[in-house]
Amino acid sequence: MTITKTQRDILGSSALRPDGISKVQGDFAFSSDLHAENMLWGATLRSPHPYARIVSIDVSGAWNISGVECVITAEDVPGQLTYGLISEDQPVFAKEFVRYMGEPIAAVAADHPETCRRALAAITVVYELLTPLTNPEHAIDGTHEPIHPDGNIIRRQQIVHGDINATGPIVVEGTYDIGMQDQAFLGTESALAIPDHDGAGIEVFVATQWLHEDRKQMAKCLGLPEEKVRLVLGGVGGAFGAREDISLQVHTALLAMRTSRPVKMQYGREESFFGHVHRHPAQIWMRHHATTDGRIVKIEARFVFDGGAYSSTSSAVLINGVTHTQGPYQCPNAIVDGYAVRTNNPPCGAMRGFGVVQACFAHEGQMDKLAAATGIDEVEIRLRNIIRTGDPMITGQILESVAPLERCIRETAAMPLPAEMAQQPHELDLPGGSGRTADRRNIVRGIGWGVSMKNLMYSEGFDDYSTARCTLTNGSVELKFATSEVGQGFVTLAPQIARSVLGVDNVTYDTIDTQIGSAGSTSASRQTWMSGGAVDGACRMVRERLFEHVGAIHNVDPLRLAIDDTDIIDTMGTLRISVQEASANFSVSETYEYHHRTTEDLDENGKEIAMWLLPLWLIVPS
Amino acid sequence: MSEPEHYTLTVNGEEHAVSDAWIGESLLYVLRERLGLPGSKGACEQGECGSCTVYVDNAAVCSCLVMAATAVGTQIATVEGLNQDGSLTDVQQAFVNEGAVQCGFCTPGLVMAVHHLLDHNDSPNEQQIKEALSGNICRCTGYGRIFAAVDSVISVRKNTSS
Repeated sequence: MTITKTQRDILGSSALRPDGISKVQGDFAFSSDLHAENMLWGATLRSPHPYARIVSIDVSGAWNISGVECVITAEDVPGQLTYGLISEDQPVFAKEFVRYMGEPIAAVAADHPETCRRALAAITVVYELLTPLTNPEHAIDGTHEPIHPDGNIIRRQQIVHGDINATGPIVVEGTYDIGMQDQAFLGTESALAIPDHDGAGIEVFVATQWLHEDRKQMAKCLGLPEEKVRLVLGGVGGAFGAREDISLQVHTALLAMRTSRPVKMQYGREESFFGHVHRHPAQIWMRHHATTDGRIVKIEARFVFDGGAYSSTSSAVLINGVTHTQGPYQCPNAIVDGYAVRTNNPPCGAMRGFGVVQACFAHEGQMDKLAAATGIDEVEIRLRNIIRTGDPMITGQILESVAPLERCIRETAAMPLPAEMAQQPHELDLPGGSGRTADRRNIVRGIGWGVSMKNLMYSEGFDDYSTARCTLTNGSVELKFATSEVGQGFVTLAPQIARSVLGVDNVTYDTIDTQIGSAGSTSASRQTWMSGGAVDGACRMVRERLFEHVGAIHNVDPLRLAIDDTDIIDTMGTLRISVQEASANFSVSETYEYHHRTTEDLDENGKEIAMWLLPLWLIVPS
Repeated sequence: MSEPEHYTLTVNGEEHAVSDAWIGESLLYVLRERLGLPGSKGACEQGECGSCTVYVDNAAVCSCLVMAATAVGTQIATVEGLNQDGSLTDVQQAFVNEGAVQCGFCTPGLVMAVHHLLDHNDSPNEQQIKEALSGNICRCTGYGRIFAAVDSVISVRKNTSS
């Protein structure tokens, strides 16, 4: 056996997280761990009603409490009064109406979190209660007055594919209700805002998924130019979609600007549930037409996503849902109608899966019904219909990428089931453990199939990009990017890319902040591809410059040079020099912006989406 | 608020004076905001998630549920005190090596819970491990890598002691 040298942490190796040691020691600074001299605490007053007219707000009681330094309402917002990721329809503070339970009305800054709580309790708001719109169907049928100037329908999208009159001898139908879910990241929302000494700008440390989008929305509401709002990523305790919308960002910044003091705001667990968007509840109706041997002929479907009071990303979630109507199955004909609507329920937006989860629940329920109606095994019915590379989606998009679905299903089906539970199990083996929430006689085993296909990255013509800078100095590399690290591991991957491209081992990354171009959102499974692409591009540009430098010194055409492990070699000669040596007293820095392939809008019939749907296969026997 | 309180807490073997505190403050708040020990995390503040796990007289507790002023006279240990020379304990090293850390918010609490388990039982079975860690919630990993880290510590300790 030959002795191999120590494995380098390049692509393909299982590298350790660079922040792992500080995280296990408790040293890693999450946004909630941050402090500043002379800091105040902030807190938010929220509506106890889902729909009401605000008759009056009296904040004088809060001002009378010792330790309270600032009380703000909608009247104090210096810039735009509303914000939003896609449509700017959500107020910084409610003005005139509250549209969901938990909507912010006022914020206070005080010397202690307990003082804040007392100040909030001392604010008097008089409401005129209105009948809330809670049934999404009433948003569609127009039986409830518009609860927002933008109306009750956020978006409608239809998809018409093939022969809509086609039918088959087997017809199965179902209506599926999918409830609301919450991301429940562990580190609740928190931010520390530090105003500039001249009062003309602000620095905000915040746990977020997208620094530049936060900055854009904050600057508008604060009435500041974007360059005066500097965001730094505070350590992020999980995200899962819930940090794509802003929550306390504007409030914290505004309190800091008003008091000219640093302000920290942190939600408790209960407030966190009110403070961010959730997964959309949905009602999905589907009717599958099939041949007697179980092949899908046509799918009819209707989707209703309840977006809650403000639109957030509802319009994009709807598109993700309806374009995944068929699931990972061939579907020659389809007619789909989808709505994302506004109600007085809690606002919904991004959560991992982003609309596809809801579609999956419905199409997989349908596949089981199809299996039952045809008498075909539930594995076999799926295998007969699976989509393959080259097949069209109902949007007209051709599935170009690998589609190893048959193998996924067969290998999953071949896996042994866990052992049956003993008739008299140890209490810790019961669901709920020592909480004794279940008795053995009530426990049965259910086995079901869930097969799904999920798109990656953005669609509908959005020109998505990410930015990265690579600086090589004396054999060491420093990377710079604004990519939110939320636990997914981009800070592990980025140095691996640099080591692989440049043949260096000492790679660090700079503070993650807005002092470079946007990296886009840490969402849609996009950062490995997008910010990875940006880091890769920046490193390749630096490599070209390094080759030019080495080529000039050694009189070799730079095009003949290549990286071999940690050396630069002449592919047509004998030159071999370590990158370390070659880059001594040499420094070069390059910035690269990576864009993904262009996508197209859906037309009124949902065609030519060109969503660049990169499937992620998920098979979950449950 | 009520009259400010003054008391002393013993944390990681050192005495810390707490002055001008509100009597209602939790041990978690005092550790984090007054004593400069933010390693214990606040994620639920209702004893559900275990992110704030510390030891009070060698009992693993949720520091969010302990009134700081009631911990006077006890020995309090936090994640910062696990290895004060800056090196990693075997549990911490195993969490890093096994990929049991993602966002890391639950990690200090889990490290404390695992140490507490293994201090009292050097060869727990799967059921006992799950029960011991059932008070600690992780939203990123799905727990598989965390159990792998625990298993690796158990086997390394066995091999080095035999």
